[in-house]
Amino acid sequence: MAEITVENLRKVYPGSKGQPGKVAVEGASFTIRDKEFMVLVGPSGCGKTTTLRMIAGLEDITSGTIRIDGRVVNDIPPKDRDLAMVFQNYALYPHMSVYRNMAYALELRRVPKRVIRDRVGKAAKLLGLLEPDDLLERKPKALSGGQRQRVALGRAIVREPKAFLFDEPLSNLDAKMRVETRAELSRLHRTLEATMVYVTHDQIEAMTLADRIVVMNEGRIQQIAPPLEVYHRPANLFVASFIGSPRINTVSGRIERDGDGMAFVEKSERSEHRLRLVFTGDEARMLASRDGQEVVLGLRPEHLSDARDLSAPDPRATFEARIDVVEPVGPETWIYARTAGHQLIARVPHAEPRADIGHTLRFTAELSRARFFDPATGLAIC
Amino acid sequence: MPDADPIARRGNRWPAVLLLIGFSIVFILPFAWMISTSLKPLNETMVLPPKWLPSEPQWQNYPDAMRAMGPFWLHARNSLMLALLNVVGTVVSSALVAYGFSRIEWRGRDSVFLLLLATMMIPFPVIMIPVYTLFRELGWIGTFKPLWVPAFLAGAFNVFLLRQFFLGIPRDLTEAARMDGCGEFRIFWQIILPLAKPALLTVALFQFMATWNDFLGPLIFLVRQEQFTLALGLQNFQSAFGGTAWHWLMAGSTLVILPVVVLFFLAQRAFIRGISTTGLK
Repeated sequence: MAEITVENLRKVYPGSKGQPGKVAVEGASFTIRDKEFMVLVGPSGCGKTTTLRMIAGLEDITSGTIRIDGRVVNDIPPKDRDLAMVFQNYALYPHMSVYRNMAYALELRRVPKRVIRDRVGKAAKLLGLLEPDDLLERKPKALSGGQRQRVALGRAIVREPKAFLFDEPLSNLDAKMRVETRAELSRLHRTLEATMVYVTHDQIEAMTLADRIVVMNEGRIQQIAPPLEVYHRPANLFVASFIGSPRINTVSGRIERDGDGMAFVEKSERSEHRLRLVFTGDEARMLASRDGQEVVLGLRPEHLSDARDLSAPDPRATFEARIDVVEPVGPETWIYARTAGHQLIARVPHAEPRADIGHTLRFTAELSRARFFDPATGLAIC
Repeated sequence: MPDADPIARRGNRWPAVLLLIGFSIVFILPFAWMISTSLKPLNETMVLPPKWLPSEPQWQNYPDAMRAMGPFWLHARNSLMLALLNVVGTVVSSALVAYGFSRIEWRGRDSVFLLLLATMMIPFPVIMIPVYTLFRELGWIGTFKPLWVPAFLAGAFNVFLLRQFFLGIPRDLTEAARMDGCGEFRIFWQIILPLAKPALLTVALFQFMATWNDFLGPLIFLVRQEQFTLALGLQNFQSAFGGTAWHWLMAGSTLVILPVVVLFFLAQRAFIRGISTTGLK
């Protein structure tokens, strides 16, 4: 298995006839540790797939360095990097049987037939390609989407590569199959103890599979951290908004002194239902340096409660908002409510909605979970 | 919902079906006339009103026509040899060139491809004399070489056809092959070619028909009777007997086009079957 290091990676696609080139990746640097499951996540066009393809060797590098186990591989062709890749569209050879698809890379490497049979057999067993039906002699067209994806995984596994690269491998599966295959991937990672690099735009996949997540946007890395750190301590507004569903509440406002605490006051022309939260203790000390300055407050929907559910709601963290929409989603209810100038979403643990549209409801915020961002740079303040 | 009412759809198809039947009749008529004439005695070939069926089928016309064409089997062998060489040459060279135009990035690729396409605009009679001069300088006149060597240099139309087909083969497949350890030639040989069978078959069939039916090429470059092809052999009916022996000409023509027709019907199934690329999503 291997450690992959990416330093100052840059990719510019040349523009056509006088047009400036398009920067796909800019200054990406990170290290994927041995046996680590690293997920690159971001919206379409953020450069995550381009980064993966540069690691694979399928895309030329404009500048920067990629190392696999310390060896610079910038000019080494894909076949000599000893990496296996699972593609979004599976990319199984339609004219070859499942067995041949899995064995092909080993045949090219002149691995003895007996060893090939052994490795394909083991991978097929691990992935359930032998039972209930033996799929090895079938052609890909005779397989379901999930089976094809398992064959694509098998093709990578039999190679016993230094690292596995996955390019949105679950995006063509239906919802049920996606959840099952996601769990299977997680199990495979534990079984194989392999270095894995995984690209997705699906934050749930990123959160559930990753040891660490690389969040990308517009070709630049926004944050590299374990999933829960990305979720609870996003480095900037983009990460805060991209990770989490429903998305984080963001409220523009100002910090001002309030007795021995610091208050966050929502910015709005209206005064009715203006959000005002008073912080004390550590949070207040951190906010003190921002006295009089504008900030953006970030608060996850699950950190807003219906004040009626609390025995003694903290008045400094409680505010009123008018209910716009109520969405019961099964185990909980999402309440969309409007303060003076912003719409907020609260996830409350009621299976049955207990709020009426148009009415005013009191919410209590979990202040220790609040994050603040600089409105100009978007970077996290605290 | 376009499929909601299949009966209604079938009803709407009738005008199209009738039109197609009409076209089919127009195309089949000359063919039917050729076979009918090939079985008539000479005095029934040009009567008015035309007789669609011979009073008595003259099967003897066929062996007679074969004798009248000169060494029929020798001509057939020449035609077959040239057709096969042309098929092999065209398929191999056009596929290689098409791969270069579709799967390999190189500077000026699109401009060169446009230039290649432009050569399709040049009719053969325009280059006939320079080409003849070239082959004469090479000492190839009176040999088969001018009729098969150029096939190994790829033709614009076939390159175009194969390039378009190759472009339709998902890029992921070639990238997967690259990750698996394939070099460029192996990707071409083991991944692209097997997936492009219908297109290769089409090119092969077109080339076989073109070579088999080619009259002008053999007429210009071949000198001796024993080198002639079947298409050239048919010429004998007009030159060797003063008038035209229509019944033999038609019998000869039927014999000449028979292999092409059989080949077409055999290959047609493969055209339609196509190849499945369902290894992808």
